Amino acid sequence: MSVLVFIETKGKISKAAKEAVTYGSKIGTTTVITFGDADAAALASLGDNGATKILVCRSLSEGNDQQLTKLIAAAANDCSSDVIIVSQDQLGKAVAPRVAANLEAGHVSGAIALPDTSSGFVVKTNVFSGKAFANVSVNSSKKVISLLPNSIPPESTGGSAEVAEFNPELGAAGITVKEMKTQGEGVLLPEAELVVSAGRGLKGPENWGMVEDLATTLGAATACSRPVADIGWRPHHEHVGQTGIAIRPNLYIAAGISGAIQHLAGVNGSKTIVVINTDSEAPFFKAADYGVVGDAFEVLPKLNEAMKAFKASQN
Amino acid sequence: MKLLVCISKAPDTTSKIAFTDSDTKFDENGVQYIVNPYDEWYALVRALELTEANGGTVTTITVGTAADDPTIRKALAIGATDAVRVDAEAKDPYFVAKQIAEYAKANSFDIVLTGKETINYNGAQIGSMVAEMLDQPFVSLAQKLEVSGNTATLERDVPGGAEVLEVNTPFVLSAAKGMAEQRIPNMRGIMAARTKALNVIPAIETAELTSIVSYSMPPAKSECKYIDADNMTELVELLHNEAKVI
Repeated sequence: MSVLVFIETKGKISKAAKEAVTYGSKIGTTTVITFGDADAAALASLGDNGATKILVCRSLSEGNDQQLTKLIAAAANDCSSDVIIVSQDQLGKAVAPRVAANLEAGHVSGAIALPDTSSGFVVKTNVFSGKAFANVSVNSSKKVISLLPNSIPPESTGGSAEVAEFNPELGAAGITVKEMKTQGEGVLLPEAELVVSAGRGLKGPENWGMVEDLATTLGAATACSRPVADIGWRPHHEHVGQTGIAIRPNLYIAAGISGAIQHLAGVNGSKTIVVINTDSEAPFFKAADYGVVGDAFEVLPKLNEAMKAFKASQN
Repeated sequence: MKLLVCISKAPDTTSKIAFTDSDTKFDENGVQYIVNPYDEWYALVRALELTEANGGTVTTITVGTAADDPTIRKALAIGATDAVRVDAEAKDPYFVAKQIAEYAKANSFDIVLTGKETINYNGAQIGSMVAEMLDQPFVSLAQKLEVSGNTATLERDVPGGAEVLEVNTPFVLSAAKGMAEQRIPNMRGIMAARTKALNVIPAIETAELTSIVSYSMPPAKSECKYIDADNMTELVELLHNEAKVI
């Protein structure tokens, strides 16, 4: 099968991009389509994840749904792609269904595993906010798959890829970005493997230092519960849960969060969950792998010290 | 301003998730259906606020059977002008998007609004597909929307920050948290909803591009392992040696 993987680079190759290319290369001969000014050597490194060819559109710098749909559809037609893979991040969510509609291809949203081709083409997906899985059969000849981050580990094949420019006619962008408000630095939450999160149990925004300290030690992203974002202790883009963003890190450490069903909906895809709470009856313990009944104000600094000692012993 | 809001029903967030018929169907036994919260709280209420301020109409559209009528009446009770139901089972996202796009094409709306996703399938597909079928821009996950003449200004969170966008009508958007506050329908609204038009129209034929063949449940979580609050070294060791996540 011929596979096309769309990635966004923003100057560097993200882990999500490597995952998508690895996923694609396990289905068939994989071509990557991307845009922007990432340098050719960085793009060629995707050969190591299994891509054989990289197409890059240099005429487009900002990603927008209409022009990217034209770009991906043109590449899919050019390469006679059977399967198109898009990482299910914010841009991917806007673009992938459009591409499917354009190509009259069946679209699988929220894929978490490779397709089962033993009988047809069936992909396992997350549904009911992570409380169940659905096996979705794609009945059309062309297929579009949106892959959830952290579903497949990137693999190194030792292969190489050629990089070629691809500049089809893309028409105009319908949306103009007037202003970007970037807040803070550090690890971006949606693709973080390790996340330290806290809730109302921390009593005030001035106490977030110990959350950030632990996150820094671990190289983790910080997150928060809904009430904390609603009262303005933390920025909204850190809010994980049903109405915030859903994340699937390897490790989710939650301090002072009771674990309401709406919060769990955003984090139940995490591989390992650590819950720290003074209330031994907090519902979050039922979803936790490891629990610490104790005051976050004492536990977080201790955990940070233990983590520092561990990191030091690793070097 | 002529607005179209896509309304879907969804099981109440506290519903027990179970499956029947050898795990091929969602078990509706005892399930209470509500208007999908993203469609209701954010897309519909913001559409109503805009037409209340600037004049205009809010039509809702639903692809579904007569079983969906109570949720459609709820949307009318909250304040929608009228409602359309495309009379068919919502088979797959492409099928649903096609029905909405055909209706929108024939009736030219300034903005088509959807919720960011339904809380049962979490597909986040309809808005993007409808936009492509209408050849219009699509703003996903919008959290603020202001309209002045033919120009709309929108805001949304992006990883690590937020952005402000500008787009001309007509366009399609998906609404996320922050767009508006939930409205509880009052008695007058509920009474008025009974006599508002709910137009049932036939579906157009399209291929079924995807189908759900079965469901499964995640494996049961093993018991939570408790660690003494004074022994964080043990937790770190477990995370390293047992969970292998650090």
